[in-house]
Amino acid sequence: MVSPILELTNINKSFGHVQANKNINLKINKGTIHGIIGENGAGKSTLMSIVFGLYQANSGSIKINGKDINLRSPRDSIINGIGMVHQHFMLVENFTVLENIILGFEGETVFGEKLAKAKEDLEKLCENYNFNIDLDATIADLSVGFRQRVEILKSLYRGAEILILDEPTGVLTPQEVDELFKILRSLRDEGKTIVLITHKLIEIMDLTSEVSVMRQGEMVGHTKTKDTDKEKLAEMMVGRSVLLRVDKKETKKGEVIFKVNNLSVKDDLDVIRVKNVNLEIRSGEILGIAGVTGNGQTELLEALSGIRKVKSGNIELFGEKISDQDNFLNPRMLKEKGLAHVPEDRQRMGLISDFKAYENLIFGYHDQEPFSKSALLNSKEITEYSSKIMQEYDVRPNSPNLITSNFSGGNQQKIILSRELNENPKVLLVGQPTRGVDIGAIEFIHQRLIHMRDKGAAILLASVELDEILSLSDRIIVMFDGKIVGEKENENVTDRELGLLMAGVA
Amino acid sequence: MEFLSDIASLINSTLRISTPLVFAAMAGIFAERSGVIDFSLEGKMLMAAFVAAVGSYYLGNPWLGLLLAIIVCVCLSMLHGFASVTHKGDQVVSCVAINILIIGLTTALAAAWFGQAGLTPTLNEDQRFLEINLPFADVLREVPIIGIIYSDILSGHYVFVYLAYLSVPIVFWIVFKTSFGLRLRAVGENPSAVDTAGINVFTMRYKALAVNGVLIAFAGAHLSTAVNANFFREMSAGRGYLALAAMIFGKWHPKTALIACLLFGFTDALQIRLQGVELPAIGEIPVQLIQALPYILTVVLLAGFVGKAIAPNAIGQPYIKER
Repeated sequence: MVSPILELTNINKSFGHVQANKNINLKINKGTIHGIIGENGAGKSTLMSIVFGLYQANSGSIKINGKDINLRSPRDSIINGIGMVHQHFMLVENFTVLENIILGFEGETVFGEKLAKAKEDLEKLCENYNFNIDLDATIADLSVGFRQRVEILKSLYRGAEILILDEPTGVLTPQEVDELFKILRSLRDEGKTIVLITHKLIEIMDLTSEVSVMRQGEMVGHTKTKDTDKEKLAEMMVGRSVLLRVDKKETKKGEVIFKVNNLSVKDDLDVIRVKNVNLEIRSGEILGIAGVTGNGQTELLEALSGIRKVKSGNIELFGEKISDQDNFLNPRMLKEKGLAHVPEDRQRMGLISDFKAYENLIFGYHDQEPFSKSALLNSKEITEYSSKIMQEYDVRPNSPNLITSNFSGGNQQKIILSRELNENPKVLLVGQPTRGVDIGAIEFIHQRLIHMRDKGAAILLASVELDEILSLSDRIIVMFDGKIVGEKENENVTDRELGLLMAGVA
Repeated sequence: MEFLSDIASLINSTLRISTPLVFAAMAGIFAERSGVIDFSLEGKMLMAAFVAAVGSYYLGNPWLGLLLAIIVCVCLSMLHGFASVTHKGDQVVSCVAINILIIGLTTALAAAWFGQAGLTPTLNEDQRFLEINLPFADVLREVPIIGIIYSDILSGHYVFVYLAYLSVPIVFWIVFKTSFGLRLRAVGENPSAVDTAGINVFTMRYKALAVNGVLIAFAGAHLSTAVNANFFREMSAGRGYLALAAMIFGKWHPKTALIACLLFGFTDALQIRLQGVELPAIGEIPVQLIQALPYILTVVLLAGFVGKAIAPNAIGQPYIKER
């Protein structure tokens, strides 16, 4: 029996009244890739932040190589050989790669000898792992995939034996994921221990040899990866059996009701982000937009929903020109014409998080009957309507008076969805509908979108989750650098093919 | 020849007038590079002026007055840190509170101790800093060009003037060439990155504020124990704000902030020069308009003339580690 390199016993952690980790026990063996899977908010990141010394546990003990250690700050963890690649990279954007890596471990008061030595050592490390990173490049100029490598390099340079990665693939293309996995496997072969935090089942099956499942702050099971499968894991994560595949019937497509001609759009800094885009959507059809974040999807959706001005080209709804560079309909007018929008950033554009749920539920319709009568809000009507619709959309808890920010991500999204879908829109624009949403809610949201499609709506779906695009869309377009670089019917298309298009190489 | 000596005296006053601005701007760079807004430069400068004047009056030595001013200013910076770093209060509100407190406190204490509201006794020659004549200044005065530069421009300043311009390369060196500087800049850009590198964000910000307190004390002491021989009410006269503007104009960078300070100092020197002077074709410019010049310049420069000033990314945001 090998002794584990990392052993957690009875870890507890609360934030205010919320207990994020309850009596967690975990053993991780040296030289393995160990997966920790769970939904958003299950407490995975909190647990690993405790191991990294960023948070302090309320109780419990941590052993490394059989020795009890006290982790008061990340410095203690780093000294004990723990490195962590956070979901949001911990890099200073206007610093160089080198500056970011030595930060906190400069080894000298005034830069000189040690800096030169560090650079030499890092160059060697880069060569060993085939990282191909320019140490003098500024972080802001690097792609997300490279930034992640900088984070890994940083941990290795600081002597990490245990490397924790928190949702590392969320922002990568499938090809970049392949490269990352290659790196992780070679690190494991060298004897390093990898802890992979993820909510994606496929990554667990692909990469890990052992997996631990968390649900609502508790560890609900440990198993060898070869003894389990995706369905079993999903059931452990959610606590009930879930449908992983979206049930989608063939439907008859109607005529084209939404059309975009030669559309170009600028962002706030006057950079052209959408370049001559043409697309059309038929009724009863979901058109998916695949692409890595920041390739113009955001600006495209904003322009289509009337939030952002069009630079050139135009948009047609039911054959009528609704927007071009000189005049455009605002979101309210578009809504009256039957267009609904579920924005990709729900905190910033979809909701006012400090408002109560019922206020967000009627926003946009608040000045219409029956919610308002002669400039006064009719609170009885609003409350009744709110609890009815919250029931219908399974928003939990069903309390219209609760402040919106107290709902989980999935339930916030359902609040928006209920508001946007309730009027039976003809055209629906949806951005990142399941970002930060738990599996149970994802299932529900997907079913609702399919239901809208079956009722004859034309749906435009932008998502960085390729699985989501593949399982929902009838037709898929890929955006790269503001242009549509490919269009595929969703039959026999693989994520590999799309990945190449997304990376702009095909 | 008269024209040359006019220019020389204009540059001479520019250097003198810019001195408190330079100290304050350097102090501001430390606070703001660490992510803490420092509006309270104004109040701290005023407090330093008061403490330095009172201290050297009682202790008979201006250096001891300066030392006292440093101690008090560091304490005020710590107070700002306690409110806005430890307790995550609004940084601007904390600064405004400090500024208002000090306007009242200096006036009241002067009244209580010396019987005159907002006025401290005049310091004698032992109790204040005197102008320093550089060696051979008198001898070299007659040498063309060099004489003017050395004797009329560089010589004859208070010690603070030399210290202020010396502080700029030192600040530059600290901020960009030392590990302290790297951490300082990082903590103002992305405190989480600093935290995960095993450095305490709060300690870093307190250290930055301590340096800030030391530097701003020099600005105040310069006003009350060097150019003037006593403290009077609100004698900082907006210089703290002006320095803050210069720092922003200088994009939080010591070199460019220095240039901005000199520019403000120059317009001020110019307006003093221009008062009562008949300009060809224009005639006499009203004093009020001339006096407003530095402030007009501030507004014009900040209102877009210099383009977008890019502040440290995390400025004004208290660091919250746990949700």
